[in-house]
Amino acid sequence: MPQGAGELGQAGEKANPFRISDQELPLVPPPTTTITLSGGLEPYNGPWDVDQATHLLRRIGFGVKKADLDLLLGMTVGDAVDHVLNTSIPQTKPVYNYFDDADPNNPYDYEEPTLQLGQSWIPNDPAPYQFNGDAEGYRIQSFRGWWLEQMVNQGASILEKLTLFWHNHFATQTASYFNGKGCYQHNNLLRSKALGNFKEMTKAVTLDPLMLIYLNGVYNTKWAPDENYARELQELFTIGKDNPDHYTEEDVVAAARVLTGWKIDYEKATTWYYAVDHDNTDKQFSAFYGNTVIPGNVNAEVELDALLDMIFEKNEVAEYLCRKLYRWFVYYNIDATTEANVIQPLAQIFRSGGYEIKPVLETLLKSTHFFDAVNKGCYIKTPVDIVIGTLRSFNLGIPSQTYWDDFEMKYFLTDALVGQQMMPGDPPNVAGWQAFRQVPLYYRMWVNSTTVRRRNEYLGLLFTPYIATSDDNRLQIIPVDFAAQMSNPYDPVVMIDDMVKILLPQPLSDNKKWLLKNILLSGQASDSYWTIAWSDYVNDPGNDMYFSIVNTRLTNMLAYMLLLPEYQLA
Amino acid sequence: MKRRNFLRTAGATAALTPFLHSGFAINPLAKSSMFGSLGNAAAMSGKIMVFIELNGGNDGLNTLIPLDQYSKLSLHRSGVLIPENKVLPLNGYADTGLHPSMGAMQQLFNDGLMSIVHDVGYPQQDYSHFRSMDIWHSASASDQYLDTGWMGRTLQGEHPSFPTGYPNDDTKDPLAIQIGSSLPLAFMGSGYSMGMTLGNANDFDNVFVNDLVEPAPPTPYGDELEYIRLIQQQSQVYYEVIKEAAEAQPNNLSPMYPPLGENGLADQLRVVARLIGGEMQTPVYVVSIGGFDTHSEQVIEGSVEVEGQDSKGGDNHALLLRKLSEAIAAFQDDIERMGKADIVAGMTFSEFGRTIASNFSTGTDHGAAAPLFVFGKGVNPGIIGNNPDIPQDLAISGDVPMAYDFRQVYASVIQDWFGLTSMSSVLFNDFDILPIFRGTSAAKEDKRDLFGVSNYPNPVTSYTTILFSTFNNAHVVINLMDAQGRFILQIAEGNYNSGLHQVRFDRSNLPSGTYFYQVVQNGMGVTKKMLVF
Repeated sequence: MPQGAGELGQAGEKANPFRISDQELPLVPPPTTTITLSGGLEPYNGPWDVDQATHLLRRIGFGVKKADLDLLLGMTVGDAVDHVLNTSIPQTKPVYNYFDDADPNNPYDYEEPTLQLGQSWIPNDPAPYQFNGDAEGYRIQSFRGWWLEQMVNQGASILEKLTLFWHNHFATQTASYFNGKGCYQHNNLLRSKALGNFKEMTKAVTLDPLMLIYLNGVYNTKWAPDENYARELQELFTIGKDNPDHYTEEDVVAAARVLTGWKIDYEKATTWYYAVDHDNTDKQFSAFYGNTVIPGNVNAEVELDALLDMIFEKNEVAEYLCRKLYRWFVYYNIDATTEANVIQPLAQIFRSGGYEIKPVLETLLKSTHFFDAVNKGCYIKTPVDIVIGTLRSFNLGIPSQTYWDDFEMKYFLTDALVGQQMMPGDPPNVAGWQAFRQVPLYYRMWVNSTTVRRRNEYLGLLFTPYIATSDDNRLQIIPVDFAAQMSNPYDPVVMIDDMVKILLPQPLSDNKKWLLKNILLSGQASDSYWTIAWSDYVNDPGNDMYFSIVNTRLTNMLAYMLLLPEYQLA
Repeated sequence: MKRRNFLRTAGATAALTPFLHSGFAINPLAKSSMFGSLGNAAAMSGKIMVFIELNGGNDGLNTLIPLDQYSKLSLHRSGVLIPENKVLPLNGYADTGLHPSMGAMQQLFNDGLMSIVHDVGYPQQDYSHFRSMDIWHSASASDQYLDTGWMGRTLQGEHPSFPTGYPNDDTKDPLAIQIGSSLPLAFMGSGYSMGMTLGNANDFDNVFVNDLVEPAPPTPYGDELEYIRLIQQQSQVYYEVIKEAAEAQPNNLSPMYPPLGENGLADQLRVVARLIGGEMQTPVYVVSIGGFDTHSEQVIEGSVEVEGQDSKGGDNHALLLRKLSEAIAAFQDDIERMGKADIVAGMTFSEFGRTIASNFSTGTDHGAAAPLFVFGKGVNPGIIGNNPDIPQDLAISGDVPMAYDFRQVYASVIQDWFGLTSMSSVLFNDFDILPIFRGTSAAKEDKRDLFGVSNYPNPVTSYTTILFSTFNNAHVVINLMDAQGRFILQIAEGNYNSGLHQVRFDRSNLPSGTYFYQVVQNGMGVTKKMLVF
C-alpha cells in the first residue's frame, strides 16, 4: 500500500513511533558501496568553483538558483558558508487568503467574518488569538502554504532547510491540534531558534502548545502521569538509542513526573502552568544519569531546567544530534571512519560550545569531508527538494494574482508533496520521515514505484500550461528564460554544460550530454543550427516562429534532463 | 460545519482532490472539443505505421533520380552527379531510378512492396531544419506555430482521456513509441505526449529481458543512482507489456539485418519488429537516422558510389542510403516472417530536400521538396506523380518545387491506413488523398457506373436512399462495408425487375464515418462511398 494516504495525519500512531515493520519495504538490496567518504573536519582548501558552490547550495537549500550560485562564487568558501549561515527570520505572517471573492458559489472557500483578505489571521502581540472553529482548518492550510512560500523564496541561506530539519527532529503534526496559531507559532519557534542553542530550543519545544498536545503533555498530571513526551524527549529528541547503554524505564517515569502540570489554552494557543497537577516530590534517576535526584519543586520550570541539565550532561546528546545533522546534510551511511573523523569531533564541538548549533554546522560545511567528491550527488532528493527546489532552479515564484489564486496554488504544491509522501507539518509520526532513520534504506524510502512516478508527473506538468488557476495565472517553467541565464546560450555545448551543473549533482557522461545536444539540435549534426536559432530569437523575441523553435527544443531537452534518474539526486 | 470538516481532514490528504477538479486542468482535454470528431472508427483498425525520420534534409534528386532530366542534372550538379549507367532501374518506370546504394529498396519496389511519392514538401519552404522539422511533426501551416503534433492529435482523438486510466484492458500497450531519447513533437497531444521513448536500441534486451540497469560508478552517488534507475525502470507503466513482447519475440527472424552496431537504423527497426512480433498493439513507431545534411562531402573520393565517412566522421550520402535501404528491407523481411506483413507499413520523411545545384564542397544545400517512400504489403506499388522538371537555367541553386503537400500523405495514412474518418481536426483542413495504400478510398470507389448507383442524401445524417437500375431481372445484393472494406451489414437482398429502384437505408446507430456500399447484380458489383455524420 502506498504510504501517503494512510500514514499522514494518523495521530494515533504517535505513541508507537517505530511501527515500521508493519510496512511493506521494497525488495531491494542494501547499499553496496565500499568507498567511504574521506576527509575529516579540517577546513576545505581546494578549488572553489561551480562544482563546490552548487554542492553547498544543493545541500543547504532546495535546488540551485543561478543568482545564488553567482553570489557565492564571488566569495571564498569560508565566506560563502558564513553567508548561508547568516540568516534572518522572515517578517511576514500567513494571511487570510482562503476566500474567493470573485466566485460567490465557490464551495471550497471560507469567508472570515472579521478579517480583510490579505490581513494576517494572527494578531500582533499582545492581542489574543481569535479562535474560529469554522476557520482553523483553512488557517492551518494558509500557514502551510506560507511555510512553502518561505522555502520557495529563500535566499542563499540554510534557514528553511534547517527549519525543516528541526521539524523532522521535533516532529509534530498539525492534524493533532486544530489551531492555526498553534501550528504557526510552533513552526516559527523552530525557525527562530534553528541556528541558536539546542538546549534552549529543547526547553521551548517542551513547553510549546502544539508539542504539549501532540505528545500528551497536557494530560500528564501527578494523578495520572503520561510518559509519552518523557520517553520521546530522551529516545528521539536528545539521547537516542544508538548506544545500547541508555536511559531506563525508571528514567522515563521520573522524567514524566518532572514534566507534570503544564496546560494550554486551546483557543489562544498559549501555555500555562497549573501547580495543582504538578508532582513536586523528588525524582530519582538511574545509574545512566549518575543516580541523579531532581528535588521536587512547586515551580515545575525549575525541575525542567534540572532535567535538561542532567540530560545534556550526557555525551550521547551531541553524538545523536550530530549524526542526525550528518544524515540531513551529508549522507545516511555513517561508517566507523566517518564516526571517528567527523561525528565524534563534531559532537565535541557541540558539547564544548554549550550546544550552540551554528559552530557545528560551520565546521561541517567548511570541511574537507563535506566537499569530498564522492560525497556529491549521493543524497536522494526529498519531495520538498523536488517540488520546491525545481521551482527555485527555474526562478518560479508562487503565482498569485488574487488571494484565492495564492491559496489554490499553495494547495496544489501541498497536494504534490502529499502524493510524494512528504507533507511539511505532518510527518508520519513522532520519529519524523523514515528516509532519515530507516535502516538500511534511508533516503531510498523516498522512491518507490508510486512516488517515482508522481515525482516525474509533477516535473512533467511544470512544462505544461496546466498548473493554472486562471489563463494568466500559471505555474510554468519558461525554458528560454532559464537558457538566457546561462553564460553562453548561443553555444549548445557550453549551455548544456552550464545547465547540467545547475540541475544535476555530478557531471554527465559524454553519451548523455550527446543525447541532450541531439535533442536540442533535433538530430542535426551542426551546432551552428542552434546558434542561429538562438540568435534569431534574441534579436526578435516577439517573433512567434523564432520563439517556437527555441522553446520547443529547450522544453524537450530540459524535460529530458529533469526526468533523468540523476535529477533525483542532490 | 461542512467546511470545517472539509479542511480538517484536509490536514491529511482526502480533501486535496477537489481542488484538482475545480482549479487545475489536470485533464486539459475535457475543455477541448477539438478532438471530438475523430475517434469513430474502431481505433486505428489494428494497423501499425513505422515512421522513419531522415534527419538533415535528404537529397531527393540523388535518391530517386529523374533520368529524363539527366542532361540538366549533369549541368547543375556535376559535383554529386550519379553516373547514368549506375542508376538502379525500377520496373515499369524507365525514366526513374534509385541511387546505386539502394539495391535492397530496388528489390522491394520491384517486388511490389513500395509506393514512392514524388516531390513531397510543404508550402513556402523555410529552409531552417528546426522550423521545417517542426512543420513536418506538427503538420502546421506555414504561418502556424503549434505545440502539438499530428500523431499526438490523431491519437488523442482516439484516446481523449489519456493518460488518465491508461493502460487499461482495451489499450494495454503504449500508443506510440519512439526508439531514441527524446519524445518527438509529432507525439505531443494537448498537454501530454501521447507516446513514450524506448531509449537506446542496443540496451533493449538489457533493460527489458535481462533486467539490467545501466552501470553507475562505484561510489555512493553511483549506488543511489543505480537504485533510482531500477525503480524508475520498474515504475514505467508499460514496462511489463514491453517485457512480455520482448520475451515473446526473443529474436529477429530475418537474416538480412546487418550485424548489431553497424547500422543504427536497422538496430532500431529490429526492436520495432520484435515488439510487433511480440503482439504489441502500438499503432505508431518512430525511428530515425541522422546525417543527411550533406553540405559537404556528400560525395567522397570523387565518386558517388563510394560509401564511407566524411572528414568529420559522418556517413556520406551513399552510405546513409545503403543503411536506410538495407534496414528497411531487413525489417520488411522480418515482419513478413513474423506473419505481420498485412498490418505493418513504413514511411520515410525528411524535413526538406536539397538544392538542384551542387556546391563547391561536393555537397548540396537546403532545398525544398523530395520523394517519400512508403513500404509494406498494404501499399499500392508504383510511383505517384511525375519526375520534376529541372530547368535549364537556375536562378540560384534551385529548388525542386513541391508537387504534393506532406499533409496529403498524412491524410492518406490517417484515412486509408488507419481507417480514421476525419482528419480535419488533425490537419486543420481537408487534403486530397493520395492512392498510396491498397484499398484506398479513392481506388476502392468504382468509377464505372454501370448500374447508375447513387444515394441521396450523402453525407447521411439519419437515412439515405440508394438508387440503382437493373437491365433485366436480376438478383441484387446491397452490402455495407467499412472504410477497410469489411462487411458490416446487408442493406437489401432480392430479385428486381428491370428499371430504376430505390432502397431506403436508415443509419440508425451506425457510428459516423466513411463507409462503402456495394450493389451486386448477378455477381457484378459497383462500389460507392457513403459518408455518415
